[in-house]
Amino acid sequence: MSANFIALAYLIAAVFFILSLKGLSSPLTARRGNFLGMLGMGIAVFTTLTITENWILILSCIAVGAIIGSIVAQRIQMTAMPELIAFMHSLVGLAAVFIAIAAVNNPASFGLSEILPTGSKLELFLGTFIGAMTWSGSVIAFLKLSGRMSGAPIVFSGQHMVNLLLAIVMVGFGLWFFFSETTNWTAFSAMTAIAFLLGFLIIIPIGGADMPVVISMLNSYSGWAAAGIGFSLGNPMLIIAGSLVGSSGAILSYIMCKAMNRPFLSVILGGFGSDGGSSQGTDDGTQKSYRSGSADDAAFLMGNADSVIIIPGYGLAVARAQHAVKELAQALHKKGINVRFAIHPVAGRMPGHMNVLLAEAEIPYEMVQEMDEINSDFPNTDVVLVLGANDVVNPAANVPGSPIYGMPILEAYKARTVMVVKRSMAAGYAGLDNDLFYMDKTMMVFGDAKKVVEDMVKAL
Amino acid sequence: MIGEIDPTIINLTVFVLAVFVGYHVVWNVTPALHTPLMSVTNAISSIILVGAMLAAGSAEADWGAWLGAAAVVLASINVFGGFLVTQRMLEMFKKKDKKGQA
Repeated sequence: MSANFIALAYLIAAVFFILSLKGLSSPLTARRGNFLGMLGMGIAVFTTLTITENWILILSCIAVGAIIGSIVAQRIQMTAMPELIAFMHSLVGLAAVFIAIAAVNNPASFGLSEILPTGSKLELFLGTFIGAMTWSGSVIAFLKLSGRMSGAPIVFSGQHMVNLLLAIVMVGFGLWFFFSETTNWTAFSAMTAIAFLLGFLIIIPIGGADMPVVISMLNSYSGWAAAGIGFSLGNPMLIIAGSLVGSSGAILSYIMCKAMNRPFLSVILGGFGSDGGSSQGTDDGTQKSYRSGSADDAAFLMGNADSVIIIPGYGLAVARAQHAVKELAQALHKKGINVRFAIHPVAGRMPGHMNVLLAEAEIPYEMVQEMDEINSDFPNTDVVLVLGANDVVNPAANVPGSPIYGMPILEAYKARTVMVVKRSMAAGYAGLDNDLFYMDKTMMVFGDAKKVVEDMVKAL
Repeated sequence: MIGEIDPTIINLTVFVLAVFVGYHVVWNVTPALHTPLMSVTNAISSIILVGAMLAAGSAEADWGAWLGAAAVVLASINVFGGFLVTQRMLEMFKKKDKKGQA
């Protein structure tokens, strides 16, 4: 195929990728969007096959990946989606590094000149270091999300200085790599190794509930890595696809940060909720009293209400209670009670996490509302049921001086009755006590979210 | 005149325009579909599969080609895993849709 024809085929693929994302603007067009994405990928791969040799090797490698990928996609539990996404980001990062190393080793196979020009070296440097950081950062995110590693932030003194120094040293090796006349493997390898290390160090101080930001950020990185490789190979399709993904991840990070009212930089620098937060509020000496009740009591209250709003949080995902919650919603709905779900943007461990869980349980999406849509309805609501959420309903967000001051919350405290299902009185991620739990109209129901909800369904 | 422009500048032009397109398209994505958005963008970023194929398909089958082959495996796990898991999630939203209309 001629070079022009290939470029045109790549352009078509790139347009399909844009249409694919556009499809996600509504659940009605989303499936078509996903299909267009597959089509674009198919065109890109087929076109590339026509200009490569070693077909057998390439096709068998694709087949291996296809089998693994399909099995994983079929078997994965919806509650494990954040881990899967982190795992997949890590693959993109590692693949980018491999490609960059292969390009440094043999520029001719990518149509680059045998002696790499400084411009290409710069692009390869960017692709490699973003890819390496994406890989190691995602591995840590994966370990934290899947519970193989504690979600608590790991902080040590001088952490930021160490990171800064490493970054400077890495750029130094990068410069050495640019200005070496021949291919300088020492500089390139040292730079790559430091980038891997930096990825680890940047993610370890970030705690569990900040994961929605981290995972969006890594999403963004994986896109920029693809764009970086696109620059090195002079391939506009890779640049377009990479930039789409990069900006998508960046926007998600922004939305998540806004929903926590925390500057992006402070999330990334990490350590939140580790030392400063926990000593505040919880240790004020006085033992506050709260009211607790059984699942039966809670079911009785809900059964007599006219309107119920359910606020799911990470606890719902941990307890895998989404199907039990659906039965609860159905049981209430049968009694003519208006049941709705209120979703905070950072509920769970990744953007949209709660929506997917509720979708899995086949809860109609008309019942599921975002924070802005539902907040004004709380004062007219009889019962609010908080399932495994904490900071996102903490009225401390309205108190100046509180660490979460200014964070937009679901205004559950305005409802007539509040019921909180929680395992214990332990503080939430921000390390803050939640005044909502001590209000006169609040009833605590202790226990595993799934079991409690099942008991409620029985009692109804 | 076009011939005198450094290819990097042309790439940069494409890059900047694509970032704008991405920005506007993604803001229109409904928050309920943010998780499928992440998994589909993940699959799309695996477009580096194309680069991996070029590396694996180079005429000189040295260790660089093997590294390329490894990258082909990694990227295709993502392509298939990403698109299929997105499809699985979106099917769930479809089921609900029927129910909502019923």
